[in-house]
Amino acid sequence: MGAFIELQNITKRFGDATVVDDISLTLNKGEVFSLLGPSGSGKTTLLRILAGFIAPDAGRVLVNGEDITAMPPNQRPVNTVFQNYALFPHLTIRENIGFGLSVAKTPIDRVAEKVDEMLELVQMQEHAHKRPAQISGGQKQRVAIARALINKPQLLLLDEPLAALDLKLRQRLLIELEKIHAEVGGTFLYVTHDQGEAMSLGDRIAVMHEGGFCQIGQPAEVYEAPQTRFVAEFVGDTNLIDATCVEVENERNLGLSTTELGHIEHDLDSSRRAGGVFLANKAINLQPGDKAVLSLRPERLALRREPPPFAEEQNTVRGVIEDLSYQGSQTYYHVRVGERLLAVSKQHRRFLPHYTPISMHEDVWLSWFSNDGHLIITSRDQS
Amino acid sequence: MLVLGFFYLPIAMLFAQSFNAAKFGGQWTGFSLRWYDELWRREDIHQAAWNTLLIATISTTASVVLGVLAAWCIHRFRTRAQRIHYGLVYAPLVVPDILMGLSLLFLFINIGLSLSLTTIIIAHTTFCMSYVALVMLGRLQDFDESMIEAARDLGANWPTIIRRILLPLLGPGLAAGALLAFTLSIDDFVITFLVSGPGNTTLPVQIFSMMRRSSPQVINALSVIFMTVTFILVILSQRLTRPQS
Repeated sequence: MGAFIELQNITKRFGDATVVDDISLTLNKGEVFSLLGPSGSGKTTLLRILAGFIAPDAGRVLVNGEDITAMPPNQRPVNTVFQNYALFPHLTIRENIGFGLSVAKTPIDRVAEKVDEMLELVQMQEHAHKRPAQISGGQKQRVAIARALINKPQLLLLDEPLAALDLKLRQRLLIELEKIHAEVGGTFLYVTHDQGEAMSLGDRIAVMHEGGFCQIGQPAEVYEAPQTRFVAEFVGDTNLIDATCVEVENERNLGLSTTELGHIEHDLDSSRRAGGVFLANKAINLQPGDKAVLSLRPERLALRREPPPFAEEQNTVRGVIEDLSYQGSQTYYHVRVGERLLAVSKQHRRFLPHYTPISMHEDVWLSWFSNDGHLIITSRDQS
Repeated sequence: MLVLGFFYLPIAMLFAQSFNAAKFGGQWTGFSLRWYDELWRREDIHQAAWNTLLIATISTTASVVLGVLAAWCIHRFRTRAQRIHYGLVYAPLVVPDILMGLSLLFLFINIGLSLSLTTIIIAHTTFCMSYVALVMLGRLQDFDESMIEAARDLGANWPTIIRRILLPLLGPGLAAGALLAFTLSIDDFVITFLVSGPGNTTLPVQIFSMMRRSSPQVINALSVIFMTVTFILVILSQRLTRPQS
């Protein structure tokens, strides 16, 4: 079980709209690959092309080097877990799970044996004789997974399988899915619009937008080092600040100016420059004049009542709390800084009764280090 | 209670009278099966019954095929044309029978089709088809098309999908529609009366003509049998349309 899957220059148009635009992708053997994108980004179309329900207008799909582009869905070594489960209502759980094998004319005792294995894998033994209408959503999803896995597909497609379930159940099923993958192996393609699911399950993630991939990488890479503005905004919350590179400060840092945050203080001599210049890590190569966007995650901003203690490579701005929402494990603030509202999340290290939390309209200090933000280049200086 | 009484009292009367030995149903002169016996020997009634069944069978088959096609198209393609199609399919249900019968009669005369069993079958198919289409449409709306995709995904070919998915899920609706069509066909009087040629009577038309000529008690007996058959068919079709738990 498990194969490498290759998509080569897949394009699909519906009428005038290009839904999937020249996409190429290779899935490694045994990997869980998350396809993350908002609705309408083309991810479901891509999944249906892999399942064989839609023929691409151009491009090829290869499994282990074999071209399956023209192969009908019932002959593909690919199985799908559908978003709405799509269990057969007139069959029992046992019959549902065994469907794929019995269709393939497998001997009855062999089917029974494999179904038992699957029932155990998804822990649905005691529900085997019920019908889909008699079990809960989470249980239906387990049955759908077992039903899709019984044929030992080279590639298992999961189409937003947890979207209809509540948060707690989603978290539990995510862990179960990981266990199932560890047990049966195989290549999984997990399609979702939920970045949490995509990141926790996927060995790699592709962020999809308007029919193309914005970025492919490991979850941490995609979150920490988004390559486009869209990725930075879609994967997690962030503050995006437009800036222009003004100086290469030293071997580690760049100086960038922005008009959005008012006055910014940092340890390097800022008297030479007017207004808001901040330090940013030289992870990408910018020259003076190049334009870039700084992505600053809410959890990377330190929020204090008093000025932060001096530290090297630290940027500091002043602001006012305009909005806050207490969420238990953290409080989410909107802080007015210059002409911007910055999102800041703060975890509470002490029990509330013992200290007064920062509240509305308080003057605060925000600080971040030069490597806390991530720069995305938007345009090179033409001169 | 009142409503049920209002509805079933005449039927009960008819039922009782059919076992009355008296020649005219005025008073009760004792239990008898003589009218059923007489019914058994009437050739013309046999012919009418045979016609009724033949017409019902053929027009049911035809209307099931056409009705299912119509329902599938309306369900599958939600275009403007299909909305109009839906209206056209729905129309025969609300157009008075007498108008439908007359229009069919004019059509047959105009295209030079002589009135016969064929014209009755065509007429019955016309209105039965609408009922089949509507019953099937209801079933299709409950039917989740991802079932077909799931089955294909799991390796089933079309014959298998039809046998193991479509028939079990849509079969009851199909049977209900067919039974409804069958019932409507054997029951219909107005349209049949208008488009039937001489000598091609069906049971309802036969009963109507017998009312003027023969013993009312034979009619009672015939009606009881006729009604029982219809009743059983209706119950069967209701059973099949009931949602599965």
